Amino acid sequence: MTAGEPQSIDTIVIGAGHAGLAASYCLTERSIDHLVIERGEVANSWRNERWDSLTLLTPNWQSRLPGFSYSGDDPDGYMNMREVVEFIDAYARHCRLPVQTGTTVTSLKQNADGYHVMTDRGEWQCRSVVIASGACNVPSIPRVAEAIPADIQQLTSWEYRNPGQLEDGGVIVVGASATGLQLAEEIHRSGRPVTIASGEHVRLPRVYRGRDIQWWMDATGILDEGLDEIDDLNRARHLPSPQLVGSRQHQILDLNTMSSLGIKLVGRLMGVQNGTVQFSGSLRNVCALADLKMNRLLKTIDEWAEQSPDSSQFEPPERFERTTVDEEPCLALNLDESGIHTIVWATGYRPDYSWLDVPVLDRKGMIRHDGGVADSPGMYVLGMPFLRQRKSSFIHGAEDDARFVTQHLAAYLQSR
Amino acid sequence: MSEQTTNVDNGVNVEALLGAREALTEAPEAAQFKWRATCTWVNGTHASSSVEGFYGLGEEQSHRKEFKFDSDHPEIFASADNGATPIEFVLVGLAGCLTAGIASVAQNRDIQLKSVTATLEAGMDIAGILGIDSDVRNGFDGVNVHFDIDADASSEDIEALVAQSQKRSAVFDIITNPTNCTVTVN
Repeated sequence: MTAGEPQSIDTIVIGAGHAGLAASYCLTERSIDHLVIERGEVANSWRNERWDSLTLLTPNWQSRLPGFSYSGDDPDGYMNMREVVEFIDAYARHCRLPVQTGTTVTSLKQNADGYHVMTDRGEWQCRSVVIASGACNVPSIPRVAEAIPADIQQLTSWEYRNPGQLEDGGVIVVGASATGLQLAEEIHRSGRPVTIASGEHVRLPRVYRGRDIQWWMDATGILDEGLDEIDDLNRARHLPSPQLVGSRQHQILDLNTMSSLGIKLVGRLMGVQNGTVQFSGSLRNVCALADLKMNRLLKTIDEWAEQSPDSSQFEPPERFERTTVDEEPCLALNLDESGIHTIVWATGYRPDYSWLDVPVLDRKGMIRHDGGVADSPGMYVLGMPFLRQRKSSFIHGAEDDARFVTQHLAAYLQSR
Repeated sequence: MSEQTTNVDNGVNVEALLGAREALTEAPEAAQFKWRATCTWVNGTHASSSVEGFYGLGEEQSHRKEFKFDSDHPEIFASADNGATPIEFVLVGLAGCLTAGIASVAQNRDIQLKSVTATLEAGMDIAGILGIDSDVRNGFDGVNVHFDIDADASSEDIEALVAQSQKRSAVFDIITNPTNCTVTVN
């Protein structure tokens, strides 16, 4: 592309995932002139950056965006990635949202008139910008990975698609989020011996008292909890995803499931020395913390259920077995001697802001923002965990967030 | 968001701790601390250690006074037993750290403590330190900590206190995770 005059527009939305499109819908409602710029295709990360067997952690009835919701015949099922892409694609088409795909932002700069957006297919001058480029652009891998011997295959959950990619032999899955547990189970079923290393994690039963846990979280208002209602926002924003899987059987997936399958449970991976990986001795406590927190949540649900006019419809309360931890969990594994050929890092992701030339990043590389209003006038963020509410981490959380942010944005444009 | 109640007092100034947390989030350099000790050999396995100064909040700090500790070994090791063994100091450190954590977390959660007692036991095969068997590690083969806690709280809330104090404990982390240790000599 040749350099020319930038096109002028009120608002640029960066990213055509569920969050960017929800913003576009709300901007359209307000007749704000805008364009959604997408590096790949609509729902690109869902399309190209997820493993094959992944399904949403939320049931279909919960899949909704402003002006659009699931209309299929399986409300209690969970979408696979093909269905998620179709859902988001249909949203963009149905609402005729202005999206320019195949356009990668190479820099975003602030100037007297707002923001200058440079892409590989033209440039724009806008008065405001909504950054909805995703929370999971690059895998986060602990530094200790650098000390893993070169003959061990290393793969992140971002690159992982299916067990066929892995060498034969033992596998350590690092991380006990939904991702870590789902991959550990799938790799175990492929016939490879699996060890799972678990730090702090979030344990949740898929189904409780006859209802999906997401139904309870929704009904009790827990998903609507906002910024002012929690003690430690930083912690809430960085929680690993809850140990859930969206399967037809509505199966419970937790560390006890891992143990019962024969997957070896060890503490957080803390060090590597001479080909031996070291695990934390805190496994028992991280499991105790997760059990206690789950029970606290179930208690909240039970208290709510008791007050509910529908209380007779619910199955009786139950409590799940404590997480079983070996008497003496393994603290060190020599990779060679124990036949480990692969390490899969399921240690989370971070956003990629390498193109962002506005000084709004904190020392951890995250955009400083107050509930989606970035620390730079006219800049907004969407699609981040606990942006404004607990449900911000889910697709259906985008609606409230997008409505708030676009309202703020509209007022900002009017005030100038 | 727990309401601040006035009747819970475990002697912990939670407001100061929370204030420090907020301040240090904004000024991460000030959170860099250096802990120090000195130790002088006395005689035999008897050594005398002391702590006084440390570094933190961007400047040199000091305890109210110098604290001294004698370490030695018991008579069955043919020693004079002038003090606790160094490994017992490790247990003392762990117990002190977890107990302080319990008091702080309890204060923050509006739980009045009446008594907290910790009993610790750590196993060790001394074939390691005596060089009898190179397959045996020198250190503990495991540490057991048992708490007896009397407090105005449910057993589940007390269990959560103990779990949270482990999560936030420096010594628990030091014992459960590897740490680089560099020893030099003149």
